[in-house]
Amino acid sequence: MTSKVYNSFQEAVADIPDGALILIGGFGGIAPVPQNLIKALELKGTKNLTIASNNAGGDGQLGLGNIGGQPYYDHEALVWNGQVSKFIGAVPASIVVSKPNAFEQMYREGKVELEIVPQGTLAERIRAGGAGVGAFYVPVGVGTVAEKGKEKRVINGKEMVLEYGLRGDFAFVRAHKADRYGNLVYKGVMRAFNAVMAMAAETVIAEVDEIVEPGEIDPECVVTPGIFVDRIVAVPKGEATL
Amino acid sequence: MKPRLERETIGLRVAKEFFDGAVVNLGGGLPTLASNFMEEGKTVFFHSENGMLGFGPVEYEESEQSVYRMNASGQLVQAKPGMCFFNHATSFAMIRGGHIDISVLGALQVSEKGDLANWMIPSRQVGIIGGAMDLAFSCNKLIVAMEHTTPKGERKILKECNYPLTAPQCVDLIVTDVAVIEVTPDGLVLKEIAPGWTPKDVQEITEPKLIIAKDLKEITL
Repeated sequence: MTSKVYNSFQEAVADIPDGALILIGGFGGIAPVPQNLIKALELKGTKNLTIASNNAGGDGQLGLGNIGGQPYYDHEALVWNGQVSKFIGAVPASIVVSKPNAFEQMYREGKVELEIVPQGTLAERIRAGGAGVGAFYVPVGVGTVAEKGKEKRVINGKEMVLEYGLRGDFAFVRAHKADRYGNLVYKGVMRAFNAVMAMAAETVIAEVDEIVEPGEIDPECVVTPGIFVDRIVAVPKGEATL
Repeated sequence: MKPRLERETIGLRVAKEFFDGAVVNLGGGLPTLASNFMEEGKTVFFHSENGMLGFGPVEYEESEQSVYRMNASGQLVQAKPGMCFFNHATSFAMIRGGHIDISVLGALQVSEKGDLANWMIPSRQVGIIGGAMDLAFSCNKLIVAMEHTTPKGERKILKECNYPLTAPQCVDLIVTDVAVIEVTPDGLVLKEIAPGWTPKDVQEITEPKLIIAKDLKEITL
């Protein structure tokens, strides 16, 4: 079998075409993001991307996840760089009204498209997408903007909206450790969207602190089974890991 | 101007609602203050939407491990025996599956029917839904913790919300810096009032007609 281990972030993102739908893990500066993969994609300049993520980016500048005084890098860089045409997620705007992020500014200027989704619906759409579930019904959103244009149906006496599964062409996820088969373990809240998106794209790329030999991760502790993961890249030792 | 309760005091009053063994989700801002005031001998399981349950109070010292224990408001929290981590789909299975007993959210507006608006100021053109819709639609008891009026003194408890709704008819209890108000099928019932305030004072800054509880009392902690 071909190796899943890539030696550089550039190589790991080299075949991402313009127009791709990319799931980006993390959680608005609170769970670690795959920042080196994002940086590599920025350098490559791939355009017309649709990004699905909890946040549209920029939260690292606000003190959230600002570990040791170092603002981390997130997909706001891709938005600033004009590479993103659409965002699917729950938090498109900055949580601090006086510090607008790139996406909301461009949205007001009509330069980017937005599909706003309740956070649980986003997580479940991605879970469903990865699991081959086409669509599902949920009560969340009935009577609000989130039901707009969606089919509705009464199930168990409750009005519900139809939500479609969401699967990426690529997923960028951040994990703590991988073995060469792609089995992943995380640390604390690192799981968040990372461990959901790791199961939901044609090509899943994991950015990890360390790559180990099969057997070095206790099978009782594997969070993401390796068959979901296609490529793994380790953050060079000594570099910021968050 | 009569004195209003401090934000911490609102948090303390909200925390009185947490029963022993309750699973509680706290929204960002004012609601997270409630986790710092737990009574001795009471076990409450705090849930954070980013995949953490059963954690301790806010941690002020950052360590290599504590950065992996950040709550949904971006605060580091202390580890606690029995806590656990999980992914986002599991976290929202807990919320949407009705496994959370009490959710505490902030609000921009609340209507007399218990409609909640807290995700978008229309002039901003783009809002933040986050996990609020899932919580408002799904939790067993929803408490709104907020200042009674906007910084400009505008009313936030209205007959009808004019901001986009987070969820219709979802709020059970409103705890503000001047009053505790219960949402009932008959209307809003004024249950408790800040020291020095009269029902008339509270009514003046509340649009819908308040029903005064027979056992109306002063807010105590």
